[in-house]
Amino acid sequence: MAQVLLKDLNKKYDEVHAVKDVNLHIRDKEFIVLVGPSGCGKSTTLRMVAGLEEITAGEIAIGDRVVNDLPPKDRDIAMVFQNYALYPHMTVYDNMAFGLKMRKFPKAEIQKRVQDAAEILGIQDLLKRKPRQLSGGQRQRVAVGRAIVRHPQVFLFDEPLSNLDAKLRVQMRVELKRLHDRLETTAIYVTHDQVEAMTLGDRVVVMKDGWIQQVGEPLELYTKPSNRFVAGFIGSPAMNFVDVGIQGSDSSLTAQGTGIRLAIPPVNASQLGPYKGQRVTLGIRPEDLHIAAGGDQAGYVFDAVVDVVEPLGSEILLDVKAGPNSLVARVEPTVRLKVHDGVRLAVNPDRLHFFDMTSEKAI
Amino acid sequence: MKKPIAGGTNGAVVVALPHPGTRRARGLTRFLESERLLASLLLAPTVVLLGTFIAYPFVSGVWLSLSDTSVGNVGHFVGLKNFAKAWDDSIFQQAFRNTFFYTFWATIFKLALGMWLALLLNRSFRGKRLVRASMLLPFIIPTVLSTFAWRWMFDPTFSVLNWLLFRTGFIVNKIPFLSDGVYGMWCAIVVNTWRGMPFFAITLLAGLQTINPDLHEAASLDGANGWQRFWHVTWPLLKPVTLVVVVFSIIQTFSDFQLIYVLTGGGPANATHLLATYAYQVGVATGLLGEGAAISLFMLPVLFVVVWVQLRYLRRLEGA
Amino acid sequence: MVIERPWKRWVYFYIPLTLFVIGTLFPFYWMLITAIRPDAELYRSWRAVNNAPFWTLHPTLEHFRDLFEKTTFPHWLWNTFFIAVISTGISLFCGLLAGYALARLKFPMAGALGTSIFVTYLVPPTLLFIPLADIIRNFQLGNTPWALILTYPTFLIPFCTWLLMGYFKTIPKELEECARIDGATRFGAMVRIIFPIAVPGILSAGIFAFTLSWNEFIYALVFLSSPERKTVPVGVVSEMIRGDIYFWGQLMAGALLGSIPVALVYSFFVEYYVTGLTGSVKG
Repeated sequence: MAQVLLKDLNKKYDEVHAVKDVNLHIRDKEFIVLVGPSGCGKSTTLRMVAGLEEITAGEIAIGDRVVNDLPPKDRDIAMVFQNYALYPHMTVYDNMAFGLKMRKFPKAEIQKRVQDAAEILGIQDLLKRKPRQLSGGQRQRVAVGRAIVRHPQVFLFDEPLSNLDAKLRVQMRVELKRLHDRLETTAIYVTHDQVEAMTLGDRVVVMKDGWIQQVGEPLELYTKPSNRFVAGFIGSPAMNFVDVGIQGSDSSLTAQGTGIRLAIPPVNASQLGPYKGQRVTLGIRPEDLHIAAGGDQAGYVFDAVVDVVEPLGSEILLDVKAGPNSLVARVEPTVRLKVHDGVRLAVNPDRLHFFDMTSEKAI
Repeated sequence: MKKPIAGGTNGAVVVALPHPGTRRARGLTRFLESERLLASLLLAPTVVLLGTFIAYPFVSGVWLSLSDTSVGNVGHFVGLKNFAKAWDDSIFQQAFRNTFFYTFWATIFKLALGMWLALLLNRSFRGKRLVRASMLLPFIIPTVLSTFAWRWMFDPTFSVLNWLLFRTGFIVNKIPFLSDGVYGMWCAIVVNTWRGMPFFAITLLAGLQTINPDLHEAASLDGANGWQRFWHVTWPLLKPVTLVVVVFSIIQTFSDFQLIYVLTGGGPANATHLLATYAYQVGVATGLLGEGAAISLFMLPVLFVVVWVQLRYLRRLEGA
Repeated sequence: MVIERPWKRWVYFYIPLTLFVIGTLFPFYWMLITAIRPDAELYRSWRAVNNAPFWTLHPTLEHFRDLFEKTTFPHWLWNTFFIAVISTGISLFCGLLAGYALARLKFPMAGALGTSIFVTYLVPPTLLFIPLADIIRNFQLGNTPWALILTYPTFLIPFCTWLLMGYFKTIPKELEECARIDGATRFGAMVRIIFPIAVPGILSAGIFAFTLSWNEFIYALVFLSSPERKTVPVGVVSEMIRGDIYFWGQLMAGALLGSIPVALVYSFFVEYYVTGLTGSVKG
């Protein structure tokens, strides 16, 4: 049970600056997820916490001690790897007992802890098997079991679910969450899958090119992305972006794009005032677009042509074209539209996002 | 580079990090955790052994070759005299030519027959494992011992090969297998081929097994016959392995010693010496260490070129 | 597979393969038949009418008896075995450590060191035997098994290192990372996790190294002089030809017995040997 502090953390390889000035306070018992595209520095950060990569600059503290100079074995952490990293020459029992044996635990204690962990994960029957006799999901459980028997201060997960098929991944995701609630141990979890990040994390850290982009609770990231990258990365299907120019008087600003013209809602007006006469990026989430009905105000609708219809059962994704802009709208499954049909769409004026064109920060 | 957007209020930490609890790793642990120190520790035995028994002898060999050292006599520097003397020596010239001749033909035969055998072994048939295993025997059995069997088969008076050829009507008079320089050289090439061919066959077979059989089926659907399939599909894919095997074989054949030593001893009348056997005769049997070392160093340029080709090739592979 | 006619299968497959088998194995058959044939049958002219060279009706063990009574053959066998085992052991030890370092650790000069070990792998013994003989004399090792035990690793270590390096690279590095997090040092992870997993590779390298040492000739020829100290290949060459008379029966008996141990080791571990052989050139 411990907090983890990353202070001005940097990692440079010969030519690559993989992690840049990362500052993060991970609270005790928190489940924090690092998410980002590949090469964003999330795994490197995790490996520095584990002690598998040297720290170029900055400090890492686990609990009440700086661990920069400690080898991995002395950091009191446990890690679950993407390929599980089960020792192929040992049985499941020995795999789980290895860390305890290395720490010279008494035999009875080892047995008890392994049994307990096996029970929690439902792998009591597999203890005598070798890793190659297990299915992917079973291996995953053993890898998790091996981590929890140690009762470490921090769990580290490096894309632990990536090698599982889609169905199993969802199931294991739920189990991991349940496990964390039960064990109440600080966990750092790395993934490239934003759904995993949103569902598992108490807080989520979005990274790109070595920088932290935003840290926040999942819904906070979704509703208040601090920049265009986070806005586009979190959420599926991704947020629609349209280049628009800000025009009009202070009392009635409009966003004018090719093929789209929208009124600026009063909530955004004050921030956008200084951008008058400039271009900004407008962001609209697919669920904030719907088929226009009588109740929609005239300023918040635009005309488009249906390009592709993707019926998903519970909803329909409409890929539409408004001028040169492609947008996706998430609409009711009852909507009956065909390709090339014209459609009038309305936006939800409370949920528009605007981003500076050069800094890409949210306005 | 865009300015980073530091995380929201939650993430930005300005915390005084606690130091008092910091525990530094102790001596040995710390030593073994450092990659550099551990690496030097792990490499030390190898470097010491190879340094003492490869690098040092090499330097010492170069010095010997530039001196007139002989057994019991400390030598003096004589410059390139040993090399010049060897170069003018007709036996050396013969050995030099023989070495190239021997290497060239033996490698060609080993490659051709080895490839053929590999293609045969690549098919499925009953007893394949046994056949494959027994094919490697010439390579496993100590060369000296199997060469004795060949020498006995080539015996001037009791040769079973002469008997066989005579009985089947191919010859009337015996073939002077080892008592004639030219025949002797070809006999050595035959024995070397016999011994080295399995190495080619098994290595090429391993290469063949990595070729997707679909490619052959696709090629035969495209109307390619057996030879065309080999030439257009198998051979291009097998070329990298082949090059490596040929390089290894050239090095071993070019520096061969034991086969000639046992089969002909360099005779008759020094007609079948290779550089290595002649170096042995001069350096060890006669005791002229300086001259012997010079003769064996004549192998170096060729080996150097071959190793260079190999390294360049490896680099290219790594680059790809 | 591509369909072919029966006659084609005979011409292109069975007949050539049979010829290969006969050609490959005949010398060994000849070894055997000579070793058990009485002298009276051995030394018949190739033109003699009653010559039936391919078999004998009077098999005898007298050559084997002579081998054990008149020569120090058992000593040679033991020497060869002893030297091969110890030098293989040393080479495996060095090759394991060096191969691991080169495959896994980051340190300056790693590339250069790897290349130079590969180059020493390609240096043939015949290039160095004259200066080495001098060095062995200076170290007072001449005519002792240690002359060979210490020099055989020069061609075995580069091979073992090369082969094991390739093997280590196939083992996911997460295994040892996990072990280090689980509480092992780097060294501990190497010994407790990586080495046990590398057992097949170690076996391949070991078998191959053993056959190479058993085969070695020129160092043994140059560094050893007393008859009872020699290895089988050198003993057979230098002690069994008296004057210029070849006792072929005895020679072939010696060759046969000298080949059997290595052939046995080979036959038990064919697959490992083949892996070693093909790995020896690929790396």
